[in-house]
Amino acid sequence: MQRVYLDNNATTPVLPEVLEAMRPYFGERFGNASSIHHHGQETRAAVEDARESVADLLGCAASEVVFTSGGTESDNLAIAGWVAAGDHVITSSIEHHAVLHACKHLEKIGCEVSVLPVDGRGLIDPEDVRHTVRPNTKLISLMMANNETGVLQPVEEIGKIAAEAQILFHTDAVQAAAKVPIDVRRIGCDALSISGHKIHAPQGVGALYVKKGTRIEPLFHGGRHERSRRAGTENVPGIVGLGKAAQVARESLDRGDDKKMAARRDRLEQGILAHVDEAGVNGEGAARVANTTNIHFDHIEGESLVIALDLKGLAVSTGAACSSGAIEPSHVLIAMGLRPEQARASIRFSLGKQSTDADIDFAITLVPGAVARLRELSPKYKSQVKVVS
Amino acid sequence: MSGGVDSSTVAAMLRAEGNNVVGLTMQLWNQRRLAGREGMPEAVHGRCCSLDDVYDARRVAQQIGIPYYVVNHEERFERDVVRPFVEEYLSGRTPIPCSLCNNHLKFDQLLIVAQQIGAGHVATGHYARVSYDEARKRWLLKRPADLGKDQTYFLFGLTQEQLSRTLFPLGDMTKPQVRSLAQRYGLAIAEKPDSQEICFVPGGDYKQFIDAYLAEQGEKLPDTAGELVTTDGDVIGEHTGIHNFTVGQRKGLGVATGSPLYVIQISGANKQVVVGRDEHLYARTLRARRTNLISVDEPDEPMHVKVKIRHRHEPAPAVIERSGEDEILVTFDEPQRAITPGQAAVFYDGDIVVGGGWII
Repeated sequence: MQRVYLDNNATTPVLPEVLEAMRPYFGERFGNASSIHHHGQETRAAVEDARESVADLLGCAASEVVFTSGGTESDNLAIAGWVAAGDHVITSSIEHHAVLHACKHLEKIGCEVSVLPVDGRGLIDPEDVRHTVRPNTKLISLMMANNETGVLQPVEEIGKIAAEAQILFHTDAVQAAAKVPIDVRRIGCDALSISGHKIHAPQGVGALYVKKGTRIEPLFHGGRHERSRRAGTENVPGIVGLGKAAQVARESLDRGDDKKMAARRDRLEQGILAHVDEAGVNGEGAARVANTTNIHFDHIEGESLVIALDLKGLAVSTGAACSSGAIEPSHVLIAMGLRPEQARASIRFSLGKQSTDADIDFAITLVPGAVARLRELSPKYKSQVKVVS
Repeated sequence: MSGGVDSSTVAAMLRAEGNNVVGLTMQLWNQRRLAGREGMPEAVHGRCCSLDDVYDARRVAQQIGIPYYVVNHEERFERDVVRPFVEEYLSGRTPIPCSLCNNHLKFDQLLIVAQQIGAGHVATGHYARVSYDEARKRWLLKRPADLGKDQTYFLFGLTQEQLSRTLFPLGDMTKPQVRSLAQRYGLAIAEKPDSQEICFVPGGDYKQFIDAYLAEQGEKLPDTAGELVTTDGDVIGEHTGIHNFTVGQRKGLGVATGSPLYVIQISGANKQVVVGRDEHLYARTLRARRTNLISVDEPDEPMHVKVKIRHRHEPAPAVIERSGEDEILVTFDEPQRAITPGQAAVFYDGDIVVGGGWII
């Protein structure tokens, strides 16, 4: 069966050149990067090369990059590493659960958390941030690009507000990295999370930018790895993969590949919407990353559409990968003001570097028919049609 | 696929026959929802919809090489099964959630999902048989080969449309045969114990469940306490609430008399629980509403059948006839013990399910 993968916000395939770069570190170059001898020096060099290329992608110094096990750990490190009982934290209703649930945990240990709303396009209003700041506000954690809609947040404006108020600012850039240029100095953030497997590196590796001079309490205690910010022997093959993927991403952004991807995404969006009534883009009107579109197909269950499409060879999702089997409609779409049934009728398509024009054609051919079939069999749609006629 | 031996074996059988099989598990109830509330058990293991069961079902699907998905119908389950379950008890009736689940979830929502994803039929691990009868031009529901496992009592609500899209591959097999087949397929769940209780009531204590559920909903348990009266109308005591009783119950009445007393009737309207001697439990007639007929369009005037009034009841000879637009009167040849409102009366002609209705 032909299989087309348009769920790259869940995870991306490791690029062949990334795999090639990693390969020696599973075999002949096996040293512990903390070891004194030749073997350790070899892998230490690889880790530091990778750190430089990640720093290059983020616009920071290599010493400001902490390697982690992924986006979730990076988010948790930034949040738990700075906040203590009695502190106030500002976040938003559309954050990834890695941030939202970390903040929920903060509440349990005696912190106050303010969760900012978003407008119908899924945008945080920087003025809301300004008004929510209190004397005990320690941290603002707001994402750069949303994982479900791809909507880009006004992080630079938020960064200015944070700087003026002298509050730490963390941004979860897991879904922004490699899709838009990132410059931590322009954003004015103190920490920024990225994940390897969202940018064609393997699963199980990520990084956190931590601004020089900001002391962060580690999550893991042990050796003095990562300048005492993250104990544990480095995942060398993963880090090498992340470094290579960051390099590829940087070159690709410099070439303007993101514009080509945006054109493909727009063609997908328009191709589907041209053939389906009562459907629309979630987050329309806001700036979005180039690879994501989230479409509501009214009167259907998104869950059924995902299954029906998967059985025909197209992999997409109803939202966050962690949401499968969960009943709650997407908290992101609900926060944007969608009705629960509309949120449940929404599907995310996300492209990757490997996505081709043929993949887009495949989706455009498949989706309208699948939606029509679901609607035909949907009691919701039938009752709706009856009311209309 | 519940993760149990029956549905797992069905999946493996159909796959081995070369069918294009898709595994679906219905996530119906979050078992952790009420855990630890109002005395409910803290940990729930090996129950339908628990993480363990979804794990088991997924592993079977992976082993036999079929695509597998979990579909979430918790909202409908709560609305169409759990709520009515609580309300029936609070009204003095004894509900059967499994039938409601079959009617509203397994053979309704799941059939819709099946059609939406392009599947022609839904196969389940129920012990029952379904076949098309050319002469009658109707789909028939029949009792299975393993009468000890017969689940037709819970399936009387299936419509012709639903039956036409349903497969019960275990209908001709006995449970031991199913287990040995599961073993032959090498399924890890071949020895998994059968589930017995109501899936969303861990430990089987429905009173505790009602307390915990209402507490979770922020609702007060309605005051259904009232008088305990004899069949002659004499008040002999008080009771704690009608939902604590079921027709035929002997223990826990809170009164001591010389001869054994049984619950004869529960009156939701005036919150009375009527008690009496064993002989008062016997009645020759019952009325069933919200009826569904399978093998016939309408009962012949009057129609001789056998009627089952609870899951563990030997079908008893009776005559059925229409007594209202959606009501059937059942008159047994011999009086039957403890006819219980809220339970189903299911009509059989030999091994064919004629239909059934809910006892009022």
